[in-house]
Amino acid sequence: MPKNSTLNFGTGAFVALGFAALLFLTTQTTSRGLSFGAPPHYDVTAKFDNIGDLRVGSPVSMAGVEIGRVVNIDFDNREYKAVVTMRMSEKFSKIPTDSDASIYTQGLLGGKFVGLTAGGAETYLKNGDHIDFTQSAFVLENLIGQMLANYAKSPAQSGSASPKTDAPGGAAPGGTAPGAAAPAPASKEKIK
Amino acid sequence: MFKELSRSLINALVSLGAVVRFLLRMLGVTPGALLRFDLIVQQVFNSGALSLVIIMLAGLFVGMVLGLQGFTLLERFGSEESLGVAAAVGLVKELGPVITALLFAGRAGTALASELGLMRATDQLSAMEMMAVDPIKRVVVPRFLGGVIAMPLLAAIFSVIGLYGAQLVGVQIMGVDSGSFWSQMRAGVDLRDIKEGVVKSLIFGVACSLIAVYEGYHATPTAAGVGRATTRTVVTSAVVVLFLDYLLTSAFL
Amino acid sequence: MVRSFILAHSLNQENPIVEIRGLGYAVGSRPIFEGLDMDIPRGLVTAVMGPSGTGKTTLLRLITGQVRADSGSIEVAGANLRVLKRDALYLLRRRMGMLFQNGALLTDLSVFENVAFPLREHTDLPERLIRQLVLTKLQAVGLRGAAELMPSELSGGMSRRVALARAIVMDPEILIYDEPFVGLDPISLGVILRLIRRLNDTLGLTSIVVSHNVQEISTVADKLFLLSGGKVVANGTPQELKDNPSAVVRQFVGGLADGPVPFHYPAADYFGELMARSEAR
Repeated sequence: MPKNSTLNFGTGAFVALGFAALLFLTTQTTSRGLSFGAPPHYDVTAKFDNIGDLRVGSPVSMAGVEIGRVVNIDFDNREYKAVVTMRMSEKFSKIPTDSDASIYTQGLLGGKFVGLTAGGAETYLKNGDHIDFTQSAFVLENLIGQMLANYAKSPAQSGSASPKTDAPGGAAPGGTAPGAAAPAPASKEKIK
Repeated sequence: MFKELSRSLINALVSLGAVVRFLLRMLGVTPGALLRFDLIVQQVFNSGALSLVIIMLAGLFVGMVLGLQGFTLLERFGSEESLGVAAAVGLVKELGPVITALLFAGRAGTALASELGLMRATDQLSAMEMMAVDPIKRVVVPRFLGGVIAMPLLAAIFSVIGLYGAQLVGVQIMGVDSGSFWSQMRAGVDLRDIKEGVVKSLIFGVACSLIAVYEGYHATPTAAGVGRATTRTVVTSAVVVLFLDYLLTSAFL
Repeated sequence: MVRSFILAHSLNQENPIVEIRGLGYAVGSRPIFEGLDMDIPRGLVTAVMGPSGTGKTTLLRLITGQVRADSGSIEVAGANLRVLKRDALYLLRRRMGMLFQNGALLTDLSVFENVAFPLREHTDLPERLIRQLVLTKLQAVGLRGAAELMPSELSGGMSRRVALARAIVMDPEILIYDEPFVGLDPISLGVILRLIRRLNDTLGLTSIVVSHNVQEISTVADKLFLLSGGKVVANGTPQELKDNPSAVVRQFVGGLADGPVPFHYPAADYFGELMARSEAR
């Protein structure tokens, strides 16, 4: 039987460990959690018509490299668009202000992520800036709906009409890399 | 044959009734037992801290297997990035509470049963009764409470270590994107899931500790009797835990 | 001198400390006691003897309230055991001390802590006082030097002495010994015998000893009860029992192999069984 002080220490350490584990589970594995140790960063926002199932914590990539994370998703009451806040690592501070942000899908049925394609401006994004050029998430139902509509309109033309609708069709399951830009039903939008 | 079956059923009901009455008796003296905090601390140490090694080892290996199997399965659907969610939910809601309970029954449960059984066999419990000290209050309840307190903590530790193991295999070995691993997890795991896991492990803790102290206290006061009590503890705990798991899972859905 | 004074005094005792009337107790379908009557006098050493299995230990359990009787009455120090509730029973037990057959020391406590156990549980005495009381009782049984040992380091005789110190630490009125001589070497046996007598006289206790060591217990007991078949078959002073002409008493006191308690377990005809087996070949 260990001495009293060792016993108390051992029990205290065990209980502390247990609670630390519980704390870890509740904060680090759920979306309502905290994140510790944020490296230097800056935040930019972008508005989308439809973000699909993009989530807080989804990655932000450029040329396939992860450069940031989605930290907040809001709703704009006036323009009825989703406002996504992205936290970019300070390491990647030379992103042109006219770059565009599109929402892509990881893998076949994976989650969504934001892909940035560089523009040509000489000024770079800094904290609080807004990305003007965006492309919404690819929504499977809309594509199918559009395909069916096209098909119903002109069955004979379905062959020629397809290229347009086929472009996303080729990537119907969704692009796997930011480079494969998939012009979804909505075209590029300029938001003033 | 039917008579045998009905007799076993009656015996089972009688045992169940005895166990419940024992639990009520324990709860009756618990307020007094809580005054002896030092006894409870000692028992939390015995049941919890001393079980840490096996719980952590088991958690690590189970997590690693989960990572491996999960990855292989999800890869078929191109959803490897969802490994984080799968591992976290599987561990926190099911594997953590259940496997911890089974291991607890094997390590701490048997220790409790054999300790009490030995005290019964060497007349220590009767001696305490003769000294006008209620052995239930002084010896049994602290052990029961120690087990109940230790179990959810052990389950949480199991889940965390398991997550680490799944992450070790999934991210570092199989190449799942670390960011997706954690972000999908954060998106897919709710505080409610964790609450469910904690409630489960608490109930398992009550069940396993109750069975262990009951068997030990009522063991036949011989060497063979103590051995039988120990075996029965493990077997009964396992069956009860798995049965309760089904009940609780369906209750939470 | 003290002893004869007490003996003379006890002859005038009107109320024995334990009164048993018409006690009935059965385990399952087997009756252990039927209509048992017994009076245990105050201030004396009383021995309860009998062949194995007559229920001597069960009798102790009934007197201490660990087991409830089926019928009849048991009165201990004026309290009727059959109607006592748990709390009152615990209060009564504080006035009794019991020495179990194997000592029954708490294995995770040291000798000192074992003896101090009742004090710590029932009193609020300061540590200094507890220490003095414990050491005094250990001194009385001759084990003050062993205070820091653990029960696993003690011999059988020593652990029984520690248990004795523990039994008297709360200054009880009644001391009960359950087979205290089993498995002891002659020296330890002599030590326990001496302690039983000395403690009884110096502390003014009533001692009840359950044993079947007739020779040994006769040297210290004032009164003997012989149980057989669930009833008292003889009682009296050691000399009275020695002179008792009954066959049952003679067999027990003399340690005879055969008599009212037969040597042979009931069996079929011997010759018949032998022949049957060899013919079956």
